[in-house]
Amino acid sequence: MSQYLFFTLSILTIISALYVVFSRNPMYSVLSLIVCFFTIAGHYILLNAQFLAIVHIIVYAGAIMVLFLFTVMLLNLNKETEPHKTNWIKIAAVIAAGMLFLTLIASLKSTQLGTYHLPYRTTIGLVQNIGEKLFTDFLLPFEISSILFMSAMVGAVMLAKKDN
Amino acid sequence: MKEIAMNYVPQNWYLLLSTFLFCIGIMGVLFRRNAIIIMMCIELMLNSVNLLLVAFSAYSGNSDGQVFVFFIMVVAAAEVAVGLALLVSIYRNVASTDINILNKLKW
Amino acid sequence: MVNVTDQILRDSLLITPGMLIPLFPLIGFLINGLFGKYLPKSITGWIASVSVLASFICTFYIFTNLPSTSSLHIDLFNWIAYSNMNIGFGFLIDPLTLVMLLVISGVGFLIHLYSIGYMHGDEGFTRFFTHLNLFIFFMMLLVMGSNYLVMFIGWEGVGLCSYLLIGFWFKNDAYNDAAKKAFIMNRIGDLGFLLGMFLMLFNFGSLDYSVVAQKALLLQVGSSVLVAITLLLFVGATGKSAQIPLYTWLPDAMAGPTPVSALIHAATMVTAGIYMIVRSNVIYALAPFTLEIVAIVGVATCLFAAIIGLMQNDIKKVLAYSTVSQLGIMFAALGIGAFSSGMFHLVTHAFFKALLFLGSGSVIHALHGEQDIRKMGGLRKYIKITFITFLIGAVAISGIPPFAGFFSKDEILSHAFENNKIIWAILSISSMMTAFYMFRLVYLTFFNDFRGTEETKTHIHESPSIMTIPLIILATLSIIGGFIGVPSVFGFTHQFQAYISSVTDASKELMKENIELNHSMEWVLIVTAVVAAIVSILYARFKYIIKKEQPSEDVTLSGFDKVVYNKFYVDELYDSIIVKPLKVLSDLFLVLVDKLIIDLFVNAIAWIVGLFGRTLRLVQSGNTGFYVFAMVFGIIVLFVIRLLI
Repeated sequence: MSQYLFFTLSILTIISALYVVFSRNPMYSVLSLIVCFFTIAGHYILLNAQFLAIVHIIVYAGAIMVLFLFTVMLLNLNKETEPHKTNWIKIAAVIAAGMLFLTLIASLKSTQLGTYHLPYRTTIGLVQNIGEKLFTDFLLPFEISSILFMSAMVGAVMLAKKDN
Repeated sequence: MKEIAMNYVPQNWYLLLSTFLFCIGIMGVLFRRNAIIIMMCIELMLNSVNLLLVAFSAYSGNSDGQVFVFFIMVVAAAEVAVGLALLVSIYRNVASTDINILNKLKW
Repeated sequence: MVNVTDQILRDSLLITPGMLIPLFPLIGFLINGLFGKYLPKSITGWIASVSVLASFICTFYIFTNLPSTSSLHIDLFNWIAYSNMNIGFGFLIDPLTLVMLLVISGVGFLIHLYSIGYMHGDEGFTRFFTHLNLFIFFMMLLVMGSNYLVMFIGWEGVGLCSYLLIGFWFKNDAYNDAAKKAFIMNRIGDLGFLLGMFLMLFNFGSLDYSVVAQKALLLQVGSSVLVAITLLLFVGATGKSAQIPLYTWLPDAMAGPTPVSALIHAATMVTAGIYMIVRSNVIYALAPFTLEIVAIVGVATCLFAAIIGLMQNDIKKVLAYSTVSQLGIMFAALGIGAFSSGMFHLVTHAFFKALLFLGSGSVIHALHGEQDIRKMGGLRKYIKITFITFLIGAVAISGIPPFAGFFSKDEILSHAFENNKIIWAILSISSMMTAFYMFRLVYLTFFNDFRGTEETKTHIHESPSIMTIPLIILATLSIIGGFIGVPSVFGFTHQFQAYISSVTDASKELMKENIELNHSMEWVLIVTAVVAAIVSILYARFKYIIKKEQPSEDVTLSGFDKVVYNKFYVDELYDSIIVKPLKVLSDLFLVLVDKLIIDLFVNAIAWIVGLFGRTLRLVQSGNTGFYVFAMVFGIIVLFVIRLLI
């Protein structure tokens, strides 16, 4: 069963990602990205990262994409105003990305993935375990990320303000 | 055998999926001229890396990977906020989000 | 019989004064050089003089305590140690060194005292004493070194100080040219010295005096290595001691202040070449061919300079040519193997030549800078002390007994007679000419009536006592200085020769046996020389006092007189043979090598860099999409490289 789930979710992810790239209307790109995020959250649940899946949806689909939507709507972008690159650049882009894919595959081919001890621990994704890790080993990044957020907020407000 | 995905889905498939998403993201960055779409493709790349990290964390039984994904999300959120603010202020100046218009910093 | 511990104790007591000897002038140089402008001028001169006096006292102390058969070695540090070449920095003090040190510090101290008076009022007063102290330091290093390299340091250093002091009044272009000429000609000689040192190092593996002498004795007499080394060292000596062909700088060096001429160009620097040859007497004795060359050059220089000196009209130039001539006599003495006689003449010459130069400085000071003897005359009424001391100096140089010059010159002449009659004849003729032109100088300067302007006449005054006291001391030395070397014919033992015999004996058995003169022959020679000198003096008196001849103005000379007056046109010859071709060659190099080849090369490099810049900047197209492409491309390339390697 989990294999089927994996394949379904993967196909959905890939299709929505391709739609993000190739659609003409920026609104459709944004919406398909949201779909993509949901499928990735599904992958997280498959991998026993429950807390992370919920956080992913809240943060990405709930906050970041809403931000994107607001911007797209604010700037009133639609199919007619969308600039396009010339055809041959598009072909070159596809080829470049394809070459990167091939090189990555080739370099991954001979890697040895680590041998892990079985049985798999399935409780590592629970809230208490993540919280424990967060507040003991990763305390400093945790605190600094709050400062990061504050600076991002201040920066965003300052940049987007209208100069009077 | 417990019915968890890790028993049936080999680790390599996640690796492939993640790589594929990453390359799609790069293709998007090279493909599009609209700055907002480019930023979205960058988000796509970040997410592919997140997926890979969670996969490794699940298969190795160590929750360090998930915590790291947490922080990547933090950074992505902050980056999007600031990036979109920049974009808006650029739009105010040149009335377009086309990246080819901003080409004065050259030889 | 001194037992060993006494000897070690005595040596250890003498090491500190030994190290202090060159240190005092160096300290004087540093004090005057660094702090001179903050000190009042009345002190700086005395600081310099007292430092030299302190060196003299140390030297005298060692002189009285070191027996004449032993020597003092002071090793300071190991300087160059490279595979099998070890050259240390050390001092060797033996009787020969002590003689030179006594002359340098003693005459140097007197000249320092004199300079306090002579340079009074000059704006470069402190700088003068700084340079003088530096010179004394280097000269002492030269004579005290225990190997040829330390000697070479002093050799170069005195050349430098000579340049600084000749061009002391640097605002005058002609003086600067004279200083440059002196330095460059010295340098040409130094090249010979260096090559000699290289050969020595290559063949003997060391530059130490004793090691070189030891190893040279293993080679056969007259081997080509020894001839080459000694000839090259002699080339250095010709440069430093103004022999043919590198002598033309010495008359031009009279552009410096008179104390400089007295110290450097009479008593000390120019004697460095002679010291060097006497120090290396063993290797010179083993190369008879070089000794012949030394003798020939010495004799030729002596005669040549004496002829030129007959017609000069500048008081200092006459003395300069006289110096060149006397140095020729010393080299001739060395060439015939009479090493101690050459040294003896060096010492007495230092006394009376310094006296003559200082006396001429006193005359120039009295006449406010006039140096042409055609405008002098009758000065004996006005400047009596200068006159008397100058006369004593002139008598000494002419070889009249019992003054100092007689003993040293007579000794050389008798050795010359034993060795080679022709050399004796030429040296005797030059001595007659020396007597003649010295007394020509005396008569024209001090006798008859004053020939200068009335204004100068009213200002003639005797020099202050700080200038006349050194004159008096030097005059006394010129009178009694000869008694250290009274020859055996008078029944005394030759003190000087016995004193430095430890140094010169090494070569004695190698020299071919000269026919020892019997005493009656020596008496004949003495009487001949003295009579010849007196005849020359009387002829000069006849010409310049009784007939009251005056040297003619420059434009009225003709024929042989003109050639002699223009110094046989040697300077012009050098100019056309050496200087002009060099200039042509350097112009050729300028156009051909510098402008065409080197500039082309350098400009090509700059052009290539510009080309790269012009093409590479086109990468910055300003297009963001292009940049991202480039990034992706770069990542792909990196991955591929990692895969392949």
